[in-house]
Amino acid sequence: MSRRFPKFTVWRGIFAAIILSGAYATYLRIFYGLGGTTNLSDRFPWGLWIAFDILCGVGLAAGGFTLVATVHIFRIERYQPVLRPAILTAFLGYMLVVVALLFDLGRPDRLWHPLVMWNPHSVMFEVAWCVTLYTTVLFLEFLPVVFEKFGWHKPLTWIHGISVPLMIAGVLLSTLHQSSLGSLFLIVPEKMYPLWYSPTLPAMFFLSAIGVGLAMTIFESWHSSRAFGRALELPLLASMGRVLAVLMSVYLWLRFLDLARRGVLGLLARNRTETWLFVLEIALLAVPTVLLFQKSVRMRPGALYACAVMVVFGFIANRLNVGVTALEAGSGTHYLPKWSEVAVTLSIVAIGFAIFRVIAQNFPIFEPQRVVVAAPEMRVPERNHVEVG
Amino acid sequence: MLKAILYDSTLCIGCKACEGACAERWGFPYNDQIASEERISAHKLTVVETHGERFSRRLCMHCAEPACASVCPVGALQKTALGPVVYDPDKCMGCRYCMQACAFQVPSYEWDQRLPKMRKCDMCCERQARGEPTACTAVCPVGATQCGERDALLAEANHRIAAKPNEYYGKIYGLHEAGGTSVLYISAVPFEQIGLNTNVPQGPLPALTWRVLELVPDVVSTGSVLLGGIWWITNRRAEVAKAEGKAK
Repeated sequence: MSRRFPKFTVWRGIFAAIILSGAYATYLRIFYGLGGTTNLSDRFPWGLWIAFDILCGVGLAAGGFTLVATVHIFRIERYQPVLRPAILTAFLGYMLVVVALLFDLGRPDRLWHPLVMWNPHSVMFEVAWCVTLYTTVLFLEFLPVVFEKFGWHKPLTWIHGISVPLMIAGVLLSTLHQSSLGSLFLIVPEKMYPLWYSPTLPAMFFLSAIGVGLAMTIFESWHSSRAFGRALELPLLASMGRVLAVLMSVYLWLRFLDLARRGVLGLLARNRTETWLFVLEIALLAVPTVLLFQKSVRMRPGALYACAVMVVFGFIANRLNVGVTALEAGSGTHYLPKWSEVAVTLSIVAIGFAIFRVIAQNFPIFEPQRVVVAAPEMRVPERNHVEVG
Repeated sequence: MLKAILYDSTLCIGCKACEGACAERWGFPYNDQIASEERISAHKLTVVETHGERFSRRLCMHCAEPACASVCPVGALQKTALGPVVYDPDKCMGCRYCMQACAFQVPSYEWDQRLPKMRKCDMCCERQARGEPTACTAVCPVGATQCGERDALLAEANHRIAAKPNEYYGKIYGLHEAGGTSVLYISAVPFEQIGLNTNVPQGPLPALTWRVLELVPDVVSTGSVLLGGIWWITNRRAEVAKAEGKAK
């Protein structure tokens, strides 16, 4: 399999280096605590592990619920071919978020506490419940793939029986916690830089999560078509690109409307780090939005892929800005992640890619499905194959 | 009745006796080096800061509606009826949301421990329950720190300001900050000059998140009916299309 890549040994080397540094950082985390592995302080208690691993991790996995809603609830069935990869990405994403939490929590042995010690006034409590339940939903949504692989028909019928309530629960749980990750920051109005603090944070987090979910689906379809030498569903991905462009333009319009309503647009005239990081974030989101409105861009696999990558990076910039940049201003201190924080984060991403690859190679993720996930009576969607040179 | 602490910066002589008494009460080490640290930390829950010729004590503000207690996912922080905001380390899972949410940057973390706890002043809740003054109040040689009922202390603060209007800045810090706190400050100068954060919202902070959280039942009920309805329509449409296809 791997012989196909001329650069594979380089990638394997990078992968090994990341995993080794991550393993050493894990050892340090266990024996020397958060103080020994992070640059966090009393004034800056949340860092890269929250801003990237949790905020970005959950957001980048949003393709799962977006496509489940599209294909099974709204029945736009032509998106069927990208549904399973999206569910797999989401399932892995959430599992890795839990792994990241084990690093970030001061007492990872008490990860289960919110499930028995309730505080319904806490956004974090709501997020904890939603993430737990939604990871279970994703596991159940992924199970048919395993059952198909081994030809277990009985459990397959059983899981189809509960698929509709399961899908609806999944979409609702995602709606709640994707927006709640934004609500987490509503309680610190005086600490956050006004370019990012807004009462609309929950809605903005939700909208951008849907956008990045679509971008990630384009991203992984492109990569898997190369890695597994399979056809790229270009017309399908191009139409997703158009939806993405519409969605992101609504998002950007609302962002600026909100800034204008709060009267903070004037802050953009200040020559501060915050201004430049804000400009970077908006540019990474606005440029692909404009480009994706052009049909010629959408129909070129490379250009479409580049736009999706830009949206993903713009999204990451947004979450890092909310989680780090905006809070740094009001904290009276500086924060730059320690090498071990970066090593753990990179390892988690690398492991995510590796597991995705192994599962995609061994389970019916991209193959035409023998049994359709949720509705057995559904007709097999037409597939448009475009070979990529 | 809510217990509270009144700190009068004009009376404080910066002797740091409160720091020592606090360390003793918690069983923390205290020496010259620790005395010179001017920042609250996991081993120093109150600090006397020097601002030129003036002093300012920092400790947990024990908000009437504490953000820390509202954000704690496991309810490890609680506002007691007596006034102190108390912490249960056996519940805490170390998410540090309390530290992020506190407008006064009070909670501190044992960063270097393998099994860390959050640390903050608990207003000597067990002494308060017995009707005794807090350790810092009991030891203060000049009465710069006093404890008692919040209403009585507010009246006392107003009385001092009214009696010597030239010696006091005419406001009480903690009256409205974050919706009102159980630690009150009076000072000769505006509070930002003695290191207090005057940028704190004047209303209770938990309302900011509750406004969104209270919508959760609505989202779940409306959302499930809406999504279920859409599914029913699209499913029916597919069934009809299939039946018509067969009929032909």
